[in-house]
Amino acid sequence: MNPSAVFDIYLLEAVINGVLLGGVLALLSLGLNLIFGVIDVVWICYAELIMLGMYGMYFLFTVYHAPIWVAAILCVVSVAILGVLLHVLVIAPLLGAAPINQLLATGGVLFFLQSAATVLFGIEFKNLGLRLPVLKVGGMFVSYSRLLAFAAALISMVLVYLWLTRTYTGTAIRAIAQDRQIMSLMGVDSRRIYLVTSALGGGLAGLAACLLVLQYDVHPFVGLSFGPITFLICVLGSLGNFVGGFVAAFVFAEIISVGGLYLDLEWGYVFAFAFFIVMMFVRPEGLMGRRS
Amino acid sequence: MSRALPWIGGAALVALPFVYQQPYPLHILVIILIWSFAYTSWSVMGRFGLVSLGHGGFMGIGAYVTALAWNYGHVSPWLGIPLALVAGMALAAVVAYPCFRFRITGHYFALVTLALSGIVLQVITATRDYTGGSLGYTPERYRGGSSVWALQFSEKTTWYLIALAVWAVGLYVWYRVDRSMLRYALEAISEDEDAAAATGIHVTAEKLKITVLSAGMTALAGALYCQYQMFISPDTVSGISVSLQMVFAVVVGGIYVSLGPTVGAVITILLAEVLRISFGTRAVGWDNLVYGVLLVLFIVFLPKGIFGSLLDLRRRVGWSSS
Repeated sequence: MNPSAVFDIYLLEAVINGVLLGGVLALLSLGLNLIFGVIDVVWICYAELIMLGMYGMYFLFTVYHAPIWVAAILCVVSVAILGVLLHVLVIAPLLGAAPINQLLATGGVLFFLQSAATVLFGIEFKNLGLRLPVLKVGGMFVSYSRLLAFAAALISMVLVYLWLTRTYTGTAIRAIAQDRQIMSLMGVDSRRIYLVTSALGGGLAGLAACLLVLQYDVHPFVGLSFGPITFLICVLGSLGNFVGGFVAAFVFAEIISVGGLYLDLEWGYVFAFAFFIVMMFVRPEGLMGRRS
Repeated sequence: MSRALPWIGGAALVALPFVYQQPYPLHILVIILIWSFAYTSWSVMGRFGLVSLGHGGFMGIGAYVTALAWNYGHVSPWLGIPLALVAGMALAAVVAYPCFRFRITGHYFALVTLALSGIVLQVITATRDYTGGSLGYTPERYRGGSSVWALQFSEKTTWYLIALAVWAVGLYVWYRVDRSMLRYALEAISEDEDAAAATGIHVTAEKLKITVLSAGMTALAGALYCQYQMFISPDTVSGISVSLQMVFAVVVGGIYVSLGPTVGAVITILLAEVLRISFGTRAVGWDNLVYGVLLVLFIVFLPKGIFGSLLDLRRRVGWSSS
């Protein structure tokens, strides 16, 4: 095999897979950004909600043989409910406390969910036992599950965008993200908005779970493999900025995918992390942030 | 009386292994002392609102640099540990300087440092040809098993005394910081950076000092852990879960008091051991389950931690010893 002859096609394949990965990462960061922008809280345990969603899909589809779309809907709804529970039980009592306390409390939830999954489901890797075919285009391999994830991520992002800009509740959510004090004076019930946002953030986590479980095995620590990268994307795109998160997701995905082409996949992550730290020097306010 | 208390307690701790030599309890004590030191190192900066989730990274560097220098360069840990400290402190300075210079605080600081522990974990895993990757790594045994040169000892008593000394040094550093101008500067900074800068405090320099100090101590804890356990893996000495574990233990014990991290270490390690012994392999996961619930409950209801709240209670009922 002559590396120089097939070099370009490998690179192109890596770039395409990077774009597809970027769609999923963008979906992951969207939920987190929404929560942060509106409630001003970072859910450190966000990836663990996704992990639970993936287990939900596994049990509904593989163990109880539900049709896959029923399983997906149930999964989205139940993770949305988990999001609301997280808000009511953990975040709401801490809304007045120092921001770092909220962050640490969700860190406690991370421990809890991880070990609850270990205790309940064991540490074996599980998968749906469903392998979607691989698309072969001109010598390149692109998996259907990635294409599906990419498409679903894009569609749901457009839907969320429309919902945020075209409905009353959406407008109220965006307004709260800009100024939380004034909005209660304008007659917006911020408690209700927080609940709606938590449900939406949880629902997006559930959707991400449905898409990720098609590509990856699920185990109690799966959250650690994509949780950190999601936080970095949100910070790089300026926390709370949806467009920034979207752009940063694709930048990160390309670095991981193309970097992983030349070395191991871990090095792709190392490059992404290093890029992040360099960017903190260059643009500490994030890619899309404005200097204050 | 209260002035003599630390000395009496210290003497009792030093005398302990000569009176009582059961290997298992001594092992638990050594582990508790090493982690107490690590948690104290975190709280040195954590108490000023500088919540770092990167300390898992510093600990990993301390452990791996020491072990790699010994295995590949045949460098004695007496030289390898200082090397590891310098590496950890340099990394802390490189990452923390831009953070402080560009006013990355609170959430953002926590997330940037989270990235740092992620990087260290991934680098250790990615360089598996040298570090053994996620399977872990063992420093080579010195011929006789025990050697001062190799800093390897087979008797638990020696390790107990070493860990005790390092732990005491950690408390001393905590105490010195507590009595220094640095403390007042950092407290002012944690209240309001602009106001602190206006009174003439060099915000970036003061924060950098405490961060580098804390990172160096954490790297030492990692090196010590490596020398004692003779086995390290990325998951036990680095990464996000170790960082969170540090934060958790300190919050439970009490972040604003000198012995808080130690109390946190005693509680968390004993809890894990009790669960492990009483439930065996069925206990896998239960210790973290309890930790997680406790962490949330503590932050919501008892933000000063167990030891801090006890001290408060004592002060309130007027049962002061001074």
